[in-house]
Amino acid sequence: MAQDDNGGIELAETSSTALEEHGLGDGRIGDPGTAVVLDDAPVNPGFPEHRLRITDRDPKHNRRAERTVYTLFYLSIAGSVWAIAAYLAFPIESGKISDLRLSTMLIGLGMVLALLGIGIGAIHWSKQIMADKEGIDIRHPVRGTDDTRERSIEIFEQANEESGFGRRTLIRNSLIGALVAFPLPAVVLFRGLAPQNEDPVKDLKHTMWKAGMRLTKDPTGLPIKASDVTLGSVFHVIPEGLDDTDDVLDEKAKAAVLLMRLKPEDLHVSKGRENWNYDGIVAYSKICTHVGCPVALYEQQTHHLLCPCHQSQFDITHEARVIFGPASRPLPQLPITVDDEGYLVARSDFHEPVGPSFWERNS
Amino acid sequence: MSTSTDTPRLKRTGFTAAAANYLDERTSISAVVKEFGRKIFPDHWSFLLGEVALYSFVVILITGTFLTFFFQASMAEVVYNGSWVPLKGIEMSSALQSTLHITFDVRGGLLVRQIHHWAALLFVASIGLHMMRIFFTGAFRKPRELNWVIGFLLFVLAIAEGFTGYSLPDDLLSGNGLRIIDGLIKGLPLVGTWISFLLFGGEFPGTAIVGRLYTLHILLLPAMVLAFIALHLVFVVVHKHTQYAGPGRTQQNVVGYPILPVYAAKAGGFFFVVFGVIVLIASLFTINPIWEYGPYDPSPVSAGTQPDWYVGFADGMLRLIPPHWEFEWLGRTWSFNIIVPVLILVIFLALAALYPFIEAWVTGDKREHHIADRPRNNATRTAIGAAGVVFYADMWAAASGDLIATHFKLSIESVTHTMQLALIFGPIIAYFVTKRICIALQKKDRSLALHGYESGRIVRLPGGEYIEVHQPISEYDRWRLVSQESYAPLMLRPDSRGRITMSQRLRAALSRWFYEDRLTPLTQTEIEAAAHHGHGDAQPELEEAGPQH
Repeated sequence: MAQDDNGGIELAETSSTALEEHGLGDGRIGDPGTAVVLDDAPVNPGFPEHRLRITDRDPKHNRRAERTVYTLFYLSIAGSVWAIAAYLAFPIESGKISDLRLSTMLIGLGMVLALLGIGIGAIHWSKQIMADKEGIDIRHPVRGTDDTRERSIEIFEQANEESGFGRRTLIRNSLIGALVAFPLPAVVLFRGLAPQNEDPVKDLKHTMWKAGMRLTKDPTGLPIKASDVTLGSVFHVIPEGLDDTDDVLDEKAKAAVLLMRLKPEDLHVSKGRENWNYDGIVAYSKICTHVGCPVALYEQQTHHLLCPCHQSQFDITHEARVIFGPASRPLPQLPITVDDEGYLVARSDFHEPVGPSFWERNS
Repeated sequence: MSTSTDTPRLKRTGFTAAAANYLDERTSISAVVKEFGRKIFPDHWSFLLGEVALYSFVVILITGTFLTFFFQASMAEVVYNGSWVPLKGIEMSSALQSTLHITFDVRGGLLVRQIHHWAALLFVASIGLHMMRIFFTGAFRKPRELNWVIGFLLFVLAIAEGFTGYSLPDDLLSGNGLRIIDGLIKGLPLVGTWISFLLFGGEFPGTAIVGRLYTLHILLLPAMVLAFIALHLVFVVVHKHTQYAGPGRTQQNVVGYPILPVYAAKAGGFFFVVFGVIVLIASLFTINPIWEYGPYDPSPVSAGTQPDWYVGFADGMLRLIPPHWEFEWLGRTWSFNIIVPVLILVIFLALAALYPFIEAWVTGDKREHHIADRPRNNATRTAIGAAGVVFYADMWAAASGDLIATHFKLSIESVTHTMQLALIFGPIIAYFVTKRICIALQKKDRSLALHGYESGRIVRLPGGEYIEVHQPISEYDRWRLVSQESYAPLMLRPDSRGRITMSQRLRAALSRWFYEDRLTPLTQTEIEAAAHHGHGDAQPELEEAGPQH
C-alpha cells in the first residue's frame, strides 16, 4: 500500500517532529490553477494542549463511567431476553390486529433495548474511558511515486513487446471485433422476456369490448339497466365475461370503464359521436391517458373526472377533454346503446387505443 | 513504532497467542493489523452520515435475508386463507399471500418487514444527506472525484432497490406504482413500447413482473450495491478521510482517533445505535399497511396515493407538466409530458454527478484537497447546492400536491401552479439569497478574526467617546476562521497562437460567475497588524476584489 501510515502515533510523541518535517504550510504539489497562493498566508498555530477529561482526573468519575458501561451491556442482555419472552408470551394467531400490534411492539422494544444497550455502552466506553489522545497520520500524494509509475510503463511496454499487441494489428483488431460480437447473442436472448410471436403495438390497439357486449358492474359482474343509471350517478364498469378470460388483469387494465349519466343538454357531442351516448348516459375509459392510473374520482357538480395519481382532470361535458394536469388526450369514449332487454351494451370497441400514449399509437 | 524482530518478544503463550500465530502463519494477517490497526480517522458529526447509510444497508441485508425465507415471488393466483379475516376468500397473487403470511402468521414477521422498510427509507435518506455533506464541504475535489461518482451510483442504485422492493408485495398501491412506471416507459420515444412489453413479459401487468423485480431486488442490485460500497471504502482508505480546518491540521496530515480501540468502539457502537433506532421506529410505527389495500386491481385506486419518499421527486416532476404536451409528428406520438420530465430528471442527476469535474475545470486546480471547506467559504458552490436542493424539494413537494391541497383547503390548481412557478424561480431566489448569506458570514468571520468578539463592556474614553471593548479570540479559534482556500476569477489570455478559444471564454465566464464576488484572503501580516492596532474600531475593511493577477 502506497499509503504508509505512521501507525497512528500519538500527537504528544510526534507532533513537533512531524510538523517540522512536513511543515504547517501548504506544501502540496500540482498546479493551483486560479487559487490564490499567498506568500504571507496565516500561520497554523499548531496543536492545542491536550485537555484531560473529568474521567481522567477523577477516579470516582472513572469508576462511575465504568459502571454505566457494564450496566448498559447487562441491560442489553435483559432486552434480548425480553424480546424472546415477548415472542413466546404474545401470540398473533387470533388474527386480531391488536394482538399483532402488541406482539410487534413488545418484541421490537426488547430488541431496541438489546441494540441500544450495546451501542450506547460501546460509545460511552470509547468516549469516557478509552484513551482520548488524538493520533496523527501523514498523508502522501495519491499518485504512485515516479519510480513506480516508470516501472509500470516499462511493464506495459515489455508486455506489448513480448506479445506484439501494438505491432500485430490484425490479431489485435480481430480480437477486439470478436469481443464486441460475442455478447450480442446474449442480448438477443433477452427478446424471450416477452412472448415470441406477439406484437405489443397490436395488443395495445384493441380491448376486449365488442359490439353487443354488456356493461357490467365492477367487481360483481352484474349487467346494468339504463334505467338503473340515475342522473348524477357513476358506475365502475367491466365487460361481461371478464372473469372468464385467461388474463383477467391484463384485460381489465385496458377495458375498465366509467359510466355516468348527465342531462343530455349538458353534453357537447361532436360530429360522428351522436349515437355513442344513450339518453345522456356516457361511458369513458377509466385508464388515464397520462400514465395509466385509474381515473376514479368523479365530481358530480362539475362533471369533472380527476386522476388521483397526477391530478389530471377531464371534463365529461366536453367528451372528457383535459382541463388540468399533465395528461394530453381526452379519455377515449366507449360507444354504447341498450339491448332488447334494456341492458347497456357496447356498440363497438373503443375507436382509439386506451391508456397511456405510446410511440406507435397512430401508426 | 518498533518493528523489532527479536524472537523473545513474540514468544507469548496462551490460547489467543497460539490462535493468532496459527492464523498469521497461514494468512499473514499481522500485516493487516499493522497497517490498519492504528489507522487514524478524524472525528466530526457530519462524517457519521455515510456511516448511517452503510449501517442501514447492513440492517437491510440482515432483515431482507430473513424475509426471503418466507416470500414467494410469484404472481400465480391463489385464494387467501390466512389469519387476516377481511381478506379471506379473496383472490390474490402468491406474492401478496406470502407477504400477508409473513405479517399475520409469522410471529415477529411484521416487525422484520417494518424494520426492512424503515431501514430502506433511512438508507436512501442518509445517502442523500451524506452527498449534501460532501457537496457543501467540497470533499469531492481531487483526489476524490471518482469516489463522488461511485457514491452517486450508490444513490441511484439505492432508489432502484427501494422501488423494486416496494413493488414486490403486489398490493394495490405497489401495483399502481408499477402502472405509472409502465405508462412512463411507454411514453418514451422509439423504444418505450418494446421496453414495457419486454419488462412486463407481455401486456401490463402480466404475470412476470414480480419475479423479475425480485431477481433484481435480491440478487443483481444488492450485488452491485455491495461492490460499489466496497470500492467506495477502499477509496476512503487510499485517500484517507478529509478533515475540517483546525489547529495543527494540515493538507499533509490526518488528525483523529485510531481504529483500535477508539474508532472501532465508536463506529461499532454506532452501528448498534442506528440498528436500535430503526427497530424502535419499526416497532412503534406501521408502514405500508398492505392488508388495508388488498390485491392489485387495475381499476380501483384511493385518493392521496403516495410513493415512498425517495420516488417523490420523479412523481412530482410528472405532476408539474402543464396539459396538452403531446404531439403527433411524422406519424408518431411524441409524449413531451413524459419526455420533458424524464429529461429534466436525467439532466439534474447528471449535473450532480458531473459537478466535481465542472468545478475542477473552472478552477484549474490540480492539487489534492484534504481539508474540507466550510460551506460559507465557497459561496457560489454553496449557492448552487442550495438551488439544487430547492429544485429537488419542489419536485418532491409536488408529489404531495393533492395532500397539501386537501390539508390546507386549497385548490389543487393553485397548489400545482405555485409549484410550477417555484420550480423555476425557487432555485434562482435560493441561489442569490444563499450566496449573499455566505458572503455576509465570511465578513462576520473576518471581523471576528481581526477584531475579536464584542465583549459587552462599554468604556468611556477620556475624550468622552464611548466604545465597546472587543476581546481577541484565541489563536486556535482564529485559525479555523482564516484557514480557507480562495480563488480569483480567471483572466482571459490568448494562447501561444494568439487565439482565445471558445472553451477558454466559457471557462473564464464560469470562473467570473464563481469567484467574482469574494473577499481577498487574509494574510498573516494583516492579522498581526489588527492585533497590534488595538480593538474597538468598528468596521473591518472589506473589499470585494476584482480579478487577481
